[in-house]
Amino acid sequence: MDFEIKIGLETHVELLTDSKMFCGCSTKFGSPPNTQTCPICLGHPGTLPVINKKAINYTIKVALALNCKIANFTQFHRKNYFYPDLPKGYQISQYDLPVGLNGYLDIELDGNKKRIRISRVHIEEDTAKLIHFGKTGRISEAVGSGLDFNRSGIPLLEIVSAPDIENVEQAKAYVVLLKRILEYLEISDCNMEEGKFRIDTNISVRKKEDIYSKVRTELKNLNSFRFLEKGLSYEIKRQKEILSKGQKLYMETRHFDSETMTTKPMRVKEVAEDYRYFPEPDLVPMIIDKKWVEEIKKTIPELPYRRAKRIKEQYNLPNNDVQIITSTKEMADFFEFCAKTYPYPKKISNWITGDMLYYLNQEQIQIEECKIKPQNLVEMLRMIDKGLISGKIAKSVFKDMFKTGEMPETIVRRKGLEQISDVEKISNIIDEVINGNPDVVKQYLSGKEQVLAFFIGQVMKKTKGKANPRIVNDILKKKLKRMSF
Amino acid sequence: MEKERLFRLSAKKLTELLSKREISNLDIVNDVVERTQEVEPIVKSYITTNMHGAIASAKKIDKLIYKSIFKGNKVEPLMGIPIAIKDNISTEGMHTTCGSKILAGYRPIYNATVIKNLKNSKIVIMGKTNMDEFAMGSSTENSSFWSTHNPWNLSNVPGGSSGGSAAAVAVGEVILALGSDTGGSVRQPASLCGVVGLKPTYGLVSRYGLIAFASSLDQIGPITRNVEDCALLLNVIAGHDPLDSTSVLKEKEDYTEYLKQNINGLKIGLIKELMGKGISNSVKDSVYKAMDLFSSLGAFCEEVSLPSLKFALSAYYIIAPAEASSNLARYDGIRYGLRAKRVKSFRSMYRKTRSKGFGDEVKRRIMLGTYALSRGYYEAYYLQAQKVRTLIINDYKRVFRNFDVLISPTTPTVAFKIGERSEDPLTMYLSDACTIPVNLAGIPAISIPCGVDNGLPIGLQIMTPHFKEGLLIKTAYNFEKNFSFKLKPLYKKYRE
Ligand SMILES: [Zn+2]
Repeated sequence: MDFEIKIGLETHVELLTDSKMFCGCSTKFGSPPNTQTCPICLGHPGTLPVINKKAINYTIKVALALNCKIANFTQFHRKNYFYPDLPKGYQISQYDLPVGLNGYLDIELDGNKKRIRISRVHIEEDTAKLIHFGKTGRISEAVGSGLDFNRSGIPLLEIVSAPDIENVEQAKAYVVLLKRILEYLEISDCNMEEGKFRIDTNISVRKKEDIYSKVRTELKNLNSFRFLEKGLSYEIKRQKEILSKGQKLYMETRHFDSETMTTKPMRVKEVAEDYRYFPEPDLVPMIIDKKWVEEIKKTIPELPYRRAKRIKEQYNLPNNDVQIITSTKEMADFFEFCAKTYPYPKKISNWITGDMLYYLNQEQIQIEECKIKPQNLVEMLRMIDKGLISGKIAKSVFKDMFKTGEMPETIVRRKGLEQISDVEKISNIIDEVINGNPDVVKQYLSGKEQVLAFFIGQVMKKTKGKANPRIVNDILKKKLKRMSF
Repeated sequence: MEKERLFRLSAKKLTELLSKREISNLDIVNDVVERTQEVEPIVKSYITTNMHGAIASAKKIDKLIYKSIFKGNKVEPLMGIPIAIKDNISTEGMHTTCGSKILAGYRPIYNATVIKNLKNSKIVIMGKTNMDEFAMGSSTENSSFWSTHNPWNLSNVPGGSSGGSAAAVAVGEVILALGSDTGGSVRQPASLCGVVGLKPTYGLVSRYGLIAFASSLDQIGPITRNVEDCALLLNVIAGHDPLDSTSVLKEKEDYTEYLKQNINGLKIGLIKELMGKGISNSVKDSVYKAMDLFSSLGAFCEEVSLPSLKFALSAYYIIAPAEASSNLARYDGIRYGLRAKRVKSFRSMYRKTRSKGFGDEVKRRIMLGTYALSRGYYEAYYLQAQKVRTLIINDYKRVFRNFDVLISPTTPTVAFKIGERSEDPLTMYLSDACTIPVNLAGIPAISIPCGVDNGLPIGLQIMTPHFKEGLLIKTAYNFEKNFSFKLKPLYKKYRE
């Protein structure tokens, strides 16, 4: 049976503003409950919202980066519903006049480009956090519930994709790219564990011939890339199975259970919830003129996909290297900083994608958190070029730099790792090796030239790897050649 | 002979006496307190009184006044003058109930911007006045606590929803008061109690701290015994507030400057639509006489038609309840106010808290508003009402091209009997027919006494274009100066 899968993603992102969307309270994460509140974000009677201009700037920035049209007339609406985490009984959100409309994001999978349309980018306020006391933290088993209003009113960006996504891989590629763009724009730290980057999905699976089916499932609580993958896969499989049996799907909201890695129904919606949207009378509509948009445009850094393309062309690097280097803004910055002062980009890239990545993964840290700075790496590369250290020694120098952040020279000097390039010294050691292994010399002379490596190894062993391998090679060959006469 | 009671004097006069050091601030407050003790059990203007706080403030202010005079400075206008605050304006630490059981015991943790302004001017808060619950009503009978009585005739209503404020000013429990006006709630009770009530242009006075009824219509306004005091109080409360996005950036004006001007050559239009069916003959008579008086003062008077006004009441009863249904959603029993006991889920907590906490009229309007905003009805009701609102705004714009000010009755009739209309919401709604269009248009309007019928006062409503409060005050003041009117309740003894 042929199926058609349509997935739409709704992403909520907490913005990195200092103060909340409509009041002056701090947005800092992790403070004791209800210490970052005021009458406004607690929804006390008589209070009024005032728009945080920075949040609007950030929204415009994201909308532009996602190729949206910026509304020149935009407005807030009230979304009315009752829930304890919603202090006013309505959420100030956007409805038919959001900041950004009709954009797109191009994802790439195995070299194939796919355009995912972005329906809208809008700004709203976050809700408070409802905490259920009890063993499981679930409402059904709670002995009581508490509310933390620190989160209430934090600016929340909503990015809605069109249902253009056809499989789990595309969904993941979309989210990874979106997250990277938002990080590049420096408008959110996108910390998924702290709930600053949340994903809801809409999935509809239908038989190819069943062109009129409009049934879709909302899937919530996908709070990591892994859960997104698992949740979507499970849900697609489940829906296919139901359809294969000839049964029907119905509209519902499902919840991803990270313990069982399955999805469970939350509640069957008898009637679609009516939020009774109407224009927020406490706020005046905003006019976003060209000048404003142009000013925001200037603050947008080079976006990851454009940067990747440029880095590939400018430095002539293979795809694999470019992908790793541009995986975060900081790593790309690191690379380009090195490339500014050091002329061999591929050598830089080899170290970043090799040893650097290895140690970063081992330590589970980001490049900006590690002690090696671009100057360290550049210095070390120069020392290799000058023959001051060998490539092999460099590997141990790098390891030390990663640990201590010292300059390579300091490490080399302290550990006595300078390469031996003194011809006489090397010549003497080679003599020792040749004299100590007459049998092997015989083998070489009888035409078994592979044993050359044995001699080199012996020399390196005696010099603890510090001998300049090129010089060792030259002298050794000359001496052995002389012996054959 | 009885000594001259201070509570009968105007704020202007009291400031003069303070400046001459003939009286102290404590004398004023004590006299107002004494009057309140005499009449409050009968009139019932207040929900909460602040007598001890007021006396303490007066003592402090006396020291300030002494220092100020010693340095050769004048006593600032309204310094030390007692004021009453409608109970929907947030006062830090002082009960603020909105006349509702759902907020019984609620003490705000912040001051409304107007309260900050009053405190900066050292105006003394005497208490919080009774009102229709959440300002929904025209008689103060919808208060969850008790009805306030009209001091002109105790068996009549004082009007509403700022009935407590108007009654307190009329009877001398206080010199000044603040009310709020969403569809006439300052002007209508002012008219029914024979005092002056002004609704400023939407956006002139900050709404921050005014507990919302209908956000796009609400404005705080002064209730006083004469136009001059009204101008003085408006000076204190008007001005841009960064905490209210709908408050307008505009330079401050001194409205008392307009008191010096005459109205020679002023073009006055009498709104035909507000002089028709439903308006009592005595009210019509008084308004026509007012027109004659204006003419005698050099103004040109003419009738003018605003056809869109006949839709105003219907549009208002869509827009105001719609906004209210959303504004009142926050009373859920979670953070403040009443919370129903013995509930099994948060849904049942909402249901029980709101069922118990809200009165009938509030529930009626929440349901009306919820319906008007519902999917499938939004376009037919809310959107349509907004279109009517635009028509009304345009109608006013059109006539203001030919007229400087417009006049009409403030209310169709004089104060009605307590209980007479409380069972019939539609008739009650008609009490605001003349005042509602002004809120929909956002323009300013004032009500001043223009007659008495059968021992009850009649009010004249004057309207001007947006932000022309100066012109409003000038027009009203010229009328007041030339019209003899005695505020009888001030001289009445109420002991049974
Ligand atoms: Zn806050």
